This record gives sequence, structure tokens and C-alpha cells, in this order.
Amino acid sequence: MQLELAGIAHAYDGLEVLSGIDLMIKSGEVVAIIGPSGCGKSTLLQIIGGLLKPTQGAVFQHGAPPAGCLNPLTYVFQDFALLPWRTVAGNIRLVLSDHTRDAADRDARIETALRQTKLWEFRDAFPTQLSGGMRQRVGIARALAVSPAALLMDEPLSALDAQTRELLMDEFAALFAATRVTGVYVTHNLNEAVRLAHRVVALSRRPGCIREIVEIPVPLSERRSGLPELGRLEQHLWSLIRDEAIAADRELTHAE
Amino acid sequence: MRSERVPVAYRASGFQPSFKPFIGLASVLGIIALLEIGARTGVIGPLMFPAPSAIGAALSDLFTSGLLAKHLGASLRRLAVGWTLGVSLGVIAGIAIGTWTGARSIGVPWVAAISAIPKIALLPLFIIWFGIGEGSKYATIAFGTFFPTVVNTYGGVDNIQRTLIRMGQSFNLKKSTMLTSIILPGTLPAILSAFRISASIGIILLISAEMVSAEFGIGAYIIQQQNLFQLDRLMAGVTVLMVMGLLVYGAISLLERRLLRWR
Repeated sequence: MQLELAGIAHAYDGLEVLSGIDLMIKSGEVVAIIGPSGCGKSTLLQIIGGLLKPTQGAVFQHGAPPAGCLNPLTYVFQDFALLPWRTVAGNIRLVLSDHTRDAADRDARIETALRQTKLWEFRDAFPTQLSGGMRQRVGIARALAVSPAALLMDEPLSALDAQTRELLMDEFAALFAATRVTGVYVTHNLNEAVRLAHRVVALSRRPGCIREIVEIPVPLSERRSGLPELGRLEQHLWSLIRDEAIAADRELTHAE
Repeated sequence: MRSERVPVAYRASGFQPSFKPFIGLASVLGIIALLEIGARTGVIGPLMFPAPSAIGAALSDLFTSGLLAKHLGASLRRLAVGWTLGVSLGVIAGIAIGTWTGARSIGVPWVAAISAIPKIALLPLFIIWFGIGEGSKYATIAFGTFFPTVVNTYGGVDNIQRTLIRMGQSFNLKKSTMLTSIILPGTLPAILSAFRISASIGIILLISAEMVSAEFGIGAYIIQQQNLFQLDRLMAGVTVLMVMGLLVYGAISLLERRLLRWR
């Protein structure tokens, strides 16, 4: 499924945070969105998934979602958004309950998603018993269980420590390579962007508009931390947004 | 700068209270013992406060005569009916105010205004509307427990993490699933704390209503003894109330531990 962003602009109470965003996200492509804080990256992601009405413009889906897809546009949240009173399996069952009446299908989806994220033996644990990395794996398993057409990830690794982030980055890369899912990945971490995305969209500071789109020519499966080519691209992205980040940092109010 | 080797002193003691049941129990027994000694030695006159042994004797009379069961039975039934009515309607109204603009716009000003009324002031009205018998007592207790439950419940809904609600919406959950699987369990801690508050308010209103008009009931018993100036029996009635308060507190704590194990 392709996603088309057409002339998107958004303002909160008259404060313009996004303007004139046009972008085509191809099927099977992962696009990272980076930019200084307050540039409206998360706002843009909410607009893409229909959680926020843009003041101008619209998002269009091209093509039907694949068979078996229960929720075409599926989010992975920064703070995981797990229900603390439900077990790991229970959290996943919740998002399936309204979409499939077939209990066997439900159980199969839960098991597949949990095995894929290596969480099967933790299925009866409660989120509070899990580490941050494991909680985000539950968030990912929940997203996979509905067989999404597109994954919308809002800084999924920024609540985690550096080591866990490194581990999960590899898992994300493997997941993207294996499932060929369409993805939008919002992050302020340039390293995550060059490791996981096919294309990186750099936004300017508020009101955010597209400054540059950078292709990452290395195949996902060949990307490693410390690869010189990725390092060069990361440097280039940083030079793009560094001055914007300094200016954004010195602004008084941030609406995001 | 001295070159001695000195251990760094621990400074983080205090401000971490924990509950020790034995100390609590000892304080109760200690106060009873002090009162008894005071009464026996004549420091506390019989018109000032009855001896705990006299209160105990009055309690045992109350029990053996079968009057305790009658009074307590009548009181507990009123409390159960009135409280259940008030709290269940309160939870429904609170969830509505917490989730729906219409209910919030209408409900919040009314709740704020009515919360300020001592509900017992409305007893005459309830007697006219629901009769001098049980109806007016149920209504008083229900009315009095309804409002704190509403306030606590919608406060609880407001405190649910927004991302959990966003999550539910992003997975296209039905409104009913959102309500039963996200909003209601998320509000449960606030609802249980509403139970706690409303139970003690319910007991106060129960006794007040029984003092105004009732043949049986702990409140009726207390007011009879007040009129006869039987301090030991009066205190026996008060002791029953204290035990009721403790039991309700314990029951709700147990419920919290059961239902909120995930915390």
C-alpha cells in the first residue's frame, strides 16, 4: 500500500507547525522523518495515521491493504502504550478482539507475533514486570498481530537506553527486511534514521517543511553500526539540521 | 583539608512511614487501659466518660438481648441499599462526565454546586418524597454517596494516560471496547478510592438519618441513650460504629489488593 501526503499543513491555535508537506511513501519502503524538536514530526505522523485532522491537505491510501490485514495503519508508540492491567498476550488480544471473531485465528496471530518478537515465554507476564526493551517488543508484537499495511513508528526507541536501542535497532532492521512492510519512522536520532530507512526526510524547524530527502543506498540487510557510508550520510543529515536545531533550541515555546 | 579517612554518614533516614499493625493494636489497648485506670482511680468522673469495662458490659447486654442484631441489621441494610445505589449511579455519571462533552458541560457545575450541601439538610425533603420509612434513608445515603463518587470517577477518567486512548483509537477499537477495556479498568483505582470515601460518608448519613426518625438502627439506639443520658450504652453504640468503619476500611483495602494487583 502506498501513502500519499498532499499539501499538508497544520496549526495549533494559530501556531503554524507544518506547512506544505508533499510526499509519496512507496509500498515496502521505510521513510524516516527527522528534524529539530518542535518541527512537527510527531504531528505529521499523527496526521498520516488519522489521529489528527490537518488544517490543510490530506493523506491518501493507494491500493487495497493485503489480505488478512486487520488494521492498515498501525502505530508503535514512544511510551509503548501498553495496558498495565493486561498481560503481554492480553494486550495483543485486545486489539484483535474487535476485528476477528475467529478465536483460533486470534490465538494463532498472538502466537506468531509473540514468537516473532521472542516474547512467547513472557506471554503471561504483566508489562510492569518487563524491561523497557521488552515492553517495546510487546508494542511491536501487537502491531504485527494485526498484519498492518503500514507501520507508523513514533520515536519507538527514544524511551530506551543506548544498549537496548542498539539491540532493538537490529531487530527492526531484520523485521523490515523480512516483512517488506511500508513504514514511517519518526526519530530525532540520526543514527536510527540511516540504519533503518530507505529514505530520510529532513524537516526544517517550525513551521516544518521538507528540507531535503536523502536516499540511503545501502540495502537494509548490509547495514551495520560503524559502516563508513552510513557515517557519511549521518554527518550530512546533521549538517542539514544542525543550525535549525540550534535555532529551535533557543525558541521559547514548543508545540508538538 | 584533613587527611583522615572518615566514612560517609548515611543521611537518607526518615520520611518513609510504613504501617506496623502491632503498634496500631497496642495504641488501641493502651488508650483503653488508660481510660479504665482513669475511671477506677476517679480521675475521669462517671459523668465525663464511662469506664471501658462499663461500655463492654453495655455491649454484651446489647448482644445477649438480641437488640444488637436488630439495630445493626436495620443499619446495614440501609447502608447497603443506599450506598450501592449512590455509588453505582455515581460511577455511571462519572464515566459519562469523563468521556462525553454533553455530560461534562451539564454535570460539572451541578456537581460542584450540590457537593457543598450537607446532604442531611435535605432529609425533610426526602421524607416528604419517599416517606418517613426506609425510602428517605436510602435516598439520603444514595444522594450523599453519589457526588463524591462522581467527582472521583471523572477525575480518574481524566487521569488515564492519553496515549492509551490514542492506542485504542489507532487500532480501531469499538467505542464499547474502549469503555470496558481501557476506560473502566483505568478508572478502577479512582473508583475504589471513591468507595472508601463514600463508605464513611454513607455511615455518617445513615446515623444522622436514623437519629431523626427510626425505630431500629445504630443511630436510633444512640439517640435513645443520649436522651436517657446512658453514657455507657451511648458509647457502646459508638463503638459499634467504629468497628463498622474499621471493617469497611479493611474490606476495601482487600478489594484494592485483589483488583489492582497489576500496579
